[in-house]
Amino acid sequence: MATEILMPALSPTMEEGTLAKWLVKEGDTVSSGDIMAEIETDKATMEFEAVDEGVIGKILIAEGTAGVAVNTAIAILVEEGEDVPDVTPAAATAEAPAAAPSAPAEATAPQNTAPPPPNADQSPDWPEGTPMKTQTVREALRDAMAEEMRRDEDVFLMGEEVGEYQGAYKISQGMLDEFGAKRVIDTPITEHGFAGIAVGAAFGETRPIVEFMTFNFAMQAIDHIINSAAKTLYMSGGQMGAPMVFRGPNGAAARVGAQHSQDYAAWYMQIPGLKVAMPYSAADAKGLMKTAIRDNNPVIFLENEIMYGKSFDVPDLDDFTIPFGKAKIERSGDDVTLVSFGIGMTYALEAAEKLAEDGIQAEVINLRTLRPMDTETILTSVRKTNRCVTVEEGWPQGSVGGYISSVIMQEAFDYLDAPVITCTGKDVPMPYAANLEKHALLTTDEVVAACKTVTYR
Amino acid sequence: MAAKKSAKSAAAKPNVSAEELLGHYREMLLIRRFEEKAGQLYGMGLIGGFCHLYIGQEAVVVGLEAAAEDGDKRVTSYRDHGHMLACGMDPKGIMAELTGREGGFSKGKGGSMHMFSKETHFYGGHGIVAAQVPLGAGLAFADKYKGNGRVTFTYFGDGAANQGQVYETYNMAELWGLPVVFVIENNQYAMGTSVQRSTKSPSLWERGVAYGIPGEEVDGMNVLSVKEAGQRAVAHCRAGNGPYILEVKTYRYRGHSMSDPAKYRTREEVQKMKDERDPIEQVRDMLLTGKHASEDDLKAIDKEIKAIVNEAAEFSKDSPEPALDELWTDIYAEGAAS
Repeated sequence: MATEILMPALSPTMEEGTLAKWLVKEGDTVSSGDIMAEIETDKATMEFEAVDEGVIGKILIAEGTAGVAVNTAIAILVEEGEDVPDVTPAAATAEAPAAAPSAPAEATAPQNTAPPPPNADQSPDWPEGTPMKTQTVREALRDAMAEEMRRDEDVFLMGEEVGEYQGAYKISQGMLDEFGAKRVIDTPITEHGFAGIAVGAAFGETRPIVEFMTFNFAMQAIDHIINSAAKTLYMSGGQMGAPMVFRGPNGAAARVGAQHSQDYAAWYMQIPGLKVAMPYSAADAKGLMKTAIRDNNPVIFLENEIMYGKSFDVPDLDDFTIPFGKAKIERSGDDVTLVSFGIGMTYALEAAEKLAEDGIQAEVINLRTLRPMDTETILTSVRKTNRCVTVEEGWPQGSVGGYISSVIMQEAFDYLDAPVITCTGKDVPMPYAANLEKHALLTTDEVVAACKTVTYR
Repeated sequence: MAAKKSAKSAAAKPNVSAEELLGHYREMLLIRRFEEKAGQLYGMGLIGGFCHLYIGQEAVVVGLEAAAEDGDKRVTSYRDHGHMLACGMDPKGIMAELTGREGGFSKGKGGSMHMFSKETHFYGGHGIVAAQVPLGAGLAFADKYKGNGRVTFTYFGDGAANQGQVYETYNMAELWGLPVVFVIENNQYAMGTSVQRSTKSPSLWERGVAYGIPGEEVDGMNVLSVKEAGQRAVAHCRAGNGPYILEVKTYRYRGHSMSDPAKYRTREEVQKMKDERDPIEQVRDMLLTGKHASEDDLKAIDKEIKAIVNEAAEFSKDSPEPALDELWTDIYAEGAAS
């Protein structure tokens, strides 16, 4: 049976090319892999190999012809002894390859790929009358991990100094003693490597918790966090993903300079396939960490060194969890909405206190997770207060607040009585000198001033 | 430590059954014909983007798969079609993924470079050079954690062998005694840069010695040599001795990807390899000279393979494009650990 040999596409973008040279002539026998012609694309001259066996019955496009469209018949291949069918050389215009059976045109697609947040759910995190205990954020994180490791054999903790040293920031204190070296694993200082190993272990149906000594060092591992952990579920058509937690201190500590002081909230928040939690209180830390470990997706869990030693009330429950995508209104008010998360909450709450002295009642929203983000709680509040100020330690360009402000503009523009103000860290690398560092960081006074601006006071 | 150069070519050894040789012939031929067809479909515009063919390297995966047991895992780079065929994934699903159709292994969402099969323990298909190396060690970590006796084959190229994460992984794999076979498929060119132009190291497997990992160089054009070395490596891992490195010397006949004109080497160099070392021809010769099969037997196999590949190609054209709703699925896994 005679078959047409078609002008091939030899790069992702090629539409036409020059048939530079024939290396076979009519009557030649070819077999798979034989080079038949040289074809020039806009980038290079490529060799064109035979796929099928047969005899070159007729050459349809002479060598030296330029502008030969992809999929134009350039020669006819016949079987040994077969007659060459009567074919007129086609004009050098391509027929598009047979179109694929196409999918229905309009998809009813959600705009936000993260699981939809609950509809401004403001149910309490724990039942009324629950006994409370005072705990530091540090203790709450350790308890959350230990409880989940008792509950599920597949959960393990891996990182630098998590075992024998008891944690660089003592988050894993006592865990090696309880769980042993099989499940509390000290790594060499190789973030890229151990992050990749942990992602592979998650593919292998374990549930790793990876501690980065700080998230600054996770930049060495970010390829595995994003390309390997976040994207595999999608790329595998849902067959396998990475149920795991990447956790550690994030943001500025104190006097550690530019390379150790950076807030990654806005970076990770951008990635479909990741979930991002950033607790403020010890109760947040406990409830969100337990949820993160049980989640079937990779979770970025951004802690803060300055918050580790702060004490809060934590519900004394056997199994306390906080769902992702549920913000908490930490303080109610009618005059302005303050939205923050993580350590930013300390500025927001202090500012609310000061504003109250001036008779301005701020509603303070603690986002707790940035992806999924409970935008419904923000919008509900803004529709009431008509004003919004966001608070974070990260940089201004491409900030979390910038995203929130765009959501408000698109969903609640008519409710706004003032532009949204985004309070952020200054747009500079973190300086070392004490006075400069203080100026680079966000201050409560700046938040107060922003609230006064939007309330025209 | 058992670091050593490979034993002489296993080709000379006659104690190989006809059945075994025919199996290797069939599997290697399937890869070659499949890849030729993929190249053709690429030329017709049915496959897009990057498409890296495995032609010339068939003996590597076929030999190593012959050394694997059920439940063992494998992970590789973006030059992955051969690995998928060799571990038993359906050619139809692979080709349909290449054409970006619903019937593909990733429902058309992964493409040539990103394909997976939980069922056959194939963990990708990874597009970032060397990223699969720690991932493979991680799979082995999980197996050791679970104590299930499985081994992971982690394939990477001579180009990837210069990435830092490979050595971070070697260090931890040996430190933790992970059951992983690191397979360096040294096809001599990292895209257009020859090994000689990218390192002064005399050999790639010997770099493992610095971490205490044994290894050897293997003739990657000879499927029996590969299999034999694979069996040594697997035995080492399965016995709880930690990782093992195989540097498999192979050669890719085609360019790095479909759009590579391969001007960094001569046509004569490629032709010489095809004429003198071709892995499929070597087995063909063994079958014929050993009177294990007749020309007619082999022709029948060729025909059978061609039919499988044509069926895969037809399936890959007929399978519909994914429904647009698929854009929004598989971003997050539902539920939580019970």
